[in-house]
Amino acid sequence: MRIFPFFPRRFDLPVAIAATLLLAGCGGPVLDPAGDIARQQRNLIGISTGLMLLIIVPVMALTVLFAWKYRKGGGAKYDPKFDHSTSLELVIWSAPLLIIIALGALTWASTHLLDPFRPVSQITRGQPVARGVRPLHVQVVALDWKWLFIYPEYGIATVNELALPVNRPVRFDITSTNMMNTFHAPTMAGMVYAMPGMRSTLHAVMNRPGVFEGQSSNYSGAGFSDMRFKLLSVDDAAFGRWIAARRGSRRGALQAANFMQLALPSEKVPPMAFASVQPDLFRRVVERCVEPGRPCMSDMMAHGRRAGGGNPKAMEAGAGMPSGRDSQPLGGEKPKGALFKDNDEKGSSPNLTKPRNPGAPGATDPGNPKNRDLTLIRPLSPILPVAAATARG
Amino acid sequence: MSDILKTIFGRLTIESFPVHEPILLVTFAGVVLIGSAVLFALTKYKLWGYLWNEWFTSVDHKRIGIMYIILGIVMLLRGFADALMMRSQQAIAFGANQGYLPAHHYDQVFTAHGTIMIFFVAVPLVVGLINFVMPLQIGARDVAFPFLNNLSFWLTVTGALLVMMSLFIGEFSRAGWLNYVPVSNLQNSPDVGPDYYLWALQIAGVGTTLSAINMVTTIIKMRAPGMTMMKMPVFCWTALCANVLMVAIFPVLTAALACLILDRYVGTNFFTNDLGGNPMMYWNLVWIWGHPEVYVLILPAFGVYSEVTSTFTGKRLFGYSSMVYATVVITLLSWLVWLHHFFTMGSGASVNSFFGIATMVISIPTGAKIFNWLFTMYRGEIRFELPMMWVVAFMLTFVVGGMTGVLLAVPPADFVLHNSLFLVAHFHNVIIGGVVFGMFAGIDYWWPKAFGFKLDPWWGKVHFWGWVIGYWVAWTPMYVAGLLGVTRRVRHLDDTTLQPLFVIAAIGALIIAVGIAGFLIQIFVSIRDRERLRDTTGDPWNGRTLEWATSSPPPAYNFAFTPVIHDLDAWHDMKDRHYQRPVKGFRPIHMPRNTGAGVILSVLAAAFGFAMIWYMWWLAVLSFVGLVVVAIGHTFNYKRDYFIQPDEIARIEDERTRLLGPSTVPQGAPA
Repeated sequence: MRIFPFFPRRFDLPVAIAATLLLAGCGGPVLDPAGDIARQQRNLIGISTGLMLLIIVPVMALTVLFAWKYRKGGGAKYDPKFDHSTSLELVIWSAPLLIIIALGALTWASTHLLDPFRPVSQITRGQPVARGVRPLHVQVVALDWKWLFIYPEYGIATVNELALPVNRPVRFDITSTNMMNTFHAPTMAGMVYAMPGMRSTLHAVMNRPGVFEGQSSNYSGAGFSDMRFKLLSVDDAAFGRWIAARRGSRRGALQAANFMQLALPSEKVPPMAFASVQPDLFRRVVERCVEPGRPCMSDMMAHGRRAGGGNPKAMEAGAGMPSGRDSQPLGGEKPKGALFKDNDEKGSSPNLTKPRNPGAPGATDPGNPKNRDLTLIRPLSPILPVAAATARG
Repeated sequence: MSDILKTIFGRLTIESFPVHEPILLVTFAGVVLIGSAVLFALTKYKLWGYLWNEWFTSVDHKRIGIMYIILGIVMLLRGFADALMMRSQQAIAFGANQGYLPAHHYDQVFTAHGTIMIFFVAVPLVVGLINFVMPLQIGARDVAFPFLNNLSFWLTVTGALLVMMSLFIGEFSRAGWLNYVPVSNLQNSPDVGPDYYLWALQIAGVGTTLSAINMVTTIIKMRAPGMTMMKMPVFCWTALCANVLMVAIFPVLTAALACLILDRYVGTNFFTNDLGGNPMMYWNLVWIWGHPEVYVLILPAFGVYSEVTSTFTGKRLFGYSSMVYATVVITLLSWLVWLHHFFTMGSGASVNSFFGIATMVISIPTGAKIFNWLFTMYRGEIRFELPMMWVVAFMLTFVVGGMTGVLLAVPPADFVLHNSLFLVAHFHNVIIGGVVFGMFAGIDYWWPKAFGFKLDPWWGKVHFWGWVIGYWVAWTPMYVAGLLGVTRRVRHLDDTTLQPLFVIAAIGALIIAVGIAGFLIQIFVSIRDRERLRDTTGDPWNGRTLEWATSSPPPAYNFAFTPVIHDLDAWHDMKDRHYQRPVKGFRPIHMPRNTGAGVILSVLAAAFGFAMIWYMWWLAVLSFVGLVVVAIGHTFNYKRDYFIQPDEIARIEDERTRLLGPSTVPQGAPA
C-alpha cells in the first residue's frame, strides 16, 4: 500500500532519511517506530511538513528580507501608493490553495487507509497480509489507573504488560470502566480513545522485537502520570512461552468479583497476570454489567425496543427509540445531586494541595519507595492476594 | 450544632483553608499584606472617591477598556506563576525524583493555568483593546450600551475573583482548562474544584456574551457618516467578526456548563457514564465553543497587526478587500472544524477527513493575510518602533505554529500527536506568537493615545526580547519532546534521557519571566518619566485611522463633532486634505451617566457563585433574589444621562489647541 497513491513508493526512504537528519540522533518511538502503522504515520508527518515548508520557508525569508530592505533609512524605493495588485493577489490565494489541495488529497487517502477500524492490509512495506490470516485478538480495558489486557483466544489476562508476536496483525477492542483514556503505544500505532460504555477498535502490527512503552494520552485523574504499560514485541516461540507462563500465574481466574476489586482506584501498579478469564468479561465491561444482577446495556436497549413495539404513536415511556446508554453505574450508586443532599451528606472540600500521607522522606531520601505514594490512593497490595493454588479454566 | 454549621456554612470548614500547606499560607499572608497596603494607601490619599466616581462606575468605553487590560495583566502574573510551577516540576521530576508537586496539586496547577490564561488574560486583553479603540476608530462617542459594557467588565472580574479565591478556600478543578468529563463528574470529583470552575465561567460568560452583543451593535449601527463597511479600519472588521463569533458560541458554552451544573447539583444524567448520559456530548459542545473561541482571540490580534503594519510602513494596508474577505472566511470556517480536537475519538474516516480538510482550508485565508502584511512592508518605509518589532516577531513565529496546526489537522498524524507535547507546543506557538504578541503590540501602539505619553522604548525592548527569545527557548524542546512520544499533563517521567529538554524549557520560561518583569518595569518607568515621554499632538506615530484625530487622552465625548468620512484610512485622508480642526460652534453633547449598578450586581453574583459552590443555599437564594431586585430596580433609574454644555467643550478644545501649538490655525464652524 502506498501512502499517497499518486506518489511513487520511493518517497518512503527519502522521508525517513529527512526525518532522521532533521532530528539527528533523535530516534524514539515516533520517528523510528517498530510498528507498520506508526511507520506510515511518521512518513505522513514528514511529507506534510515538507509540503508546508514549501510555503513557510519563502514566507519567513521574505519577512526578513523585506523588514531589512525596506527599513527607513535603508535607501530602498518607497511607494506609498502600492496597496493593490490583482496578479499578486491571485498568486497569494492560489499558492496556498494548491498546497492545501495536495495536502487534502493526501489527507483523504491516508485517513481512510490508516483508519483504526480498518484491518491492516500489510505486515510491512512490500509484505501484504497473507490470505486467511486472522489477526490476534486483544481486549483492552482502561481502569483507574492501570491497563488490563485480555487475550480471549488464549484465556489469559495481564495488567500493565502487553506481549505481541512480531509480524502478526493484531486487533484491539478497547473500553474503559470510568475515565476517558487513550490507548497509546507510540511505536506501534496511533492512539484511540478508551471510553466507558463504548468499544473502540485499533488495528496494528509490530515489525521488530523489543521492549517498548505504552501510556494513556488523555488526562484521567490522580494516577494518570503512572498509567503506563510495557509492550513486549517477541517472536512466535517467545510469545507462546509468554502465554504459557501467564497460564501458570498463581493469581487465578479473573472474574466479576476480583475484577470489581481491580477496578478500584490504584496507581503505579506493577505488572500482574491472571491464569484465566471469565469468558464474557469484556462484553460485560463494555455493557456495564460486570456485577451479577445488573442489567446489560444491550438487554436494556432490547427491552426499550420491545416496549416501544416499533409503534411511532405509542406513548408509554421507552416507546419508539431504544434507550441509548441506559446502563447502571459500574459498582455502587450514583451520588445525589448537591441540591438534594442532606446536611450530613454535604461532606467537606478540604484544601488538599498538601499530600495526606505524612512521613514521606522526600528530599532527604529520594529513592525511598515511600516517596512514590504521594497521592490519596490506598495502595493496591491488600487487594488481589495471590491464591495459594489455582485451577485452570 | 454541626447541623446548624452545615446549614450556614454549607461544606465550608476549617479544613477548606490551607492550614497544612506552608507555601499557600505564606502566599495568603503576602496577599493580605500587599492588599492591606494598597487599601491603606488608597484611604490615606483619599482616592476611594476618585476610583469609584471616575473608574469603577464609569460607563466610558475608554476607562472600561483600560480596566479590562489591567485585569488581564494582573491575571497574567497568576497564570504565569502556574506556568513556572509546571516547568520546574517537569524539569526535576524524573526517575526516582517525584518533584515537589503531588498529583492533586499539579493537576490543579495545569487546570488553573489554562483557565486563567484563556478566560481571564486573553479574553480581557482582547475585549479591552476592542473596547478602547473600536469606538474611536469608527468615530463614535461610546458603545451602543454603555451600562452593559460596565456590567460585562465587572462580571468578568467576579469570575476572576472566584478563580483566585479557589487558591485559598477549597481547591480548584483538576480536569483541565475545559473541565473535561468524566473527570469532573460528581462521582469522580465531588469536591468544590469543578464547581469553582463552572460558576466562575458561567458568570464571566454572561459578561462576555453581553459585551459581544454590545460591540456588534456598535459596529453595525454607530459608524460615523460616510464610513461604509468597506471604509472601516481592518481592526474594526476583525473586532466585528470576533464579536459575532462570541455571540454565536458563548451560549453553547453556557448550555454545556449549565448541563454539567445540573448533573452535579440536581443529579441529571447529561454527561454521566451511565443512566443515559454520554460524556462525548460534553466534548462536542465545549469544542464547538472552544474552536471558534481561539479565532475570537486571534482575529483582533490580526487586526492589530494590520493597523500597526500600515502605520509604521507609511502605506495603506495591501489588499484591504482581500483582508476583509479573508477575515470573514476565517470566521465562517471556524464553525466547521471543532472535531479536529478529538480525531482520535473514533468517528470514522469520512467524518475525520471532512473536519481535517476543513481545518486545512482555514490556512488559505490566513496565508493570504500574512502575504498581505508582507506586501504592505514591500516598498514601505518601515520604522521599527516597538509595535512594528512585535509584528515581525509574530510573522516569524506564528507561521511555524500555523504549519504545525495544519500538520495536526491530518488525522493519521493526529493519531500519533494528539494530546502530546507537540500539540501543547503548537497551541502555545499560535497563542503566544499570535495573540500575546498582538496584545503587546496593541498596548505599545495605543498606550500614548490612552495616557498621553509613550511607553519607555528601552524597557520595551527588554520586554520584547525576553518574550521572543524566551518563547523559542521554552517551546522548541516541547516540539521535540512531542515527536519523541511524550504526552501532556504528566507530572513525572521515567525516561531520564528526556530531562535536558525539560530543563531547557524551564530556562526558556525564566527568560520569559525576565520579559514580563521588563514589561512591569516599563510601565513603572514610563509613568515615572512621563514628561520625558509626553506626546501632546495626539498623533505620535503619524497614524492613519480616526482615533489619532483626537487628543491623548481623548476627551470623554471623543469627538466634539462627529466626523464625516470620505475614504479608507480616514485620518490619513483628513491630513492629506489639510483638515482644519473646528474650534467653535459646539452644541451640547449627550452623554451616559456613571452608575454603580454594575459593581453591585457583580458583588451579588460573586456571593451567589460562592454560595452555590459551597452549598450555602440560604445565601444563594438571598443573593439571587438580590440580583433580580437590583437588576429590575435599576431599570427604574431614569437619571441615566446628562449633557456636556458647549462652554465646557470649548474649554477642553481650547486647551487642546494650546497644546497643539501655534502651527495649527483654528478655523470656523465645521463642514
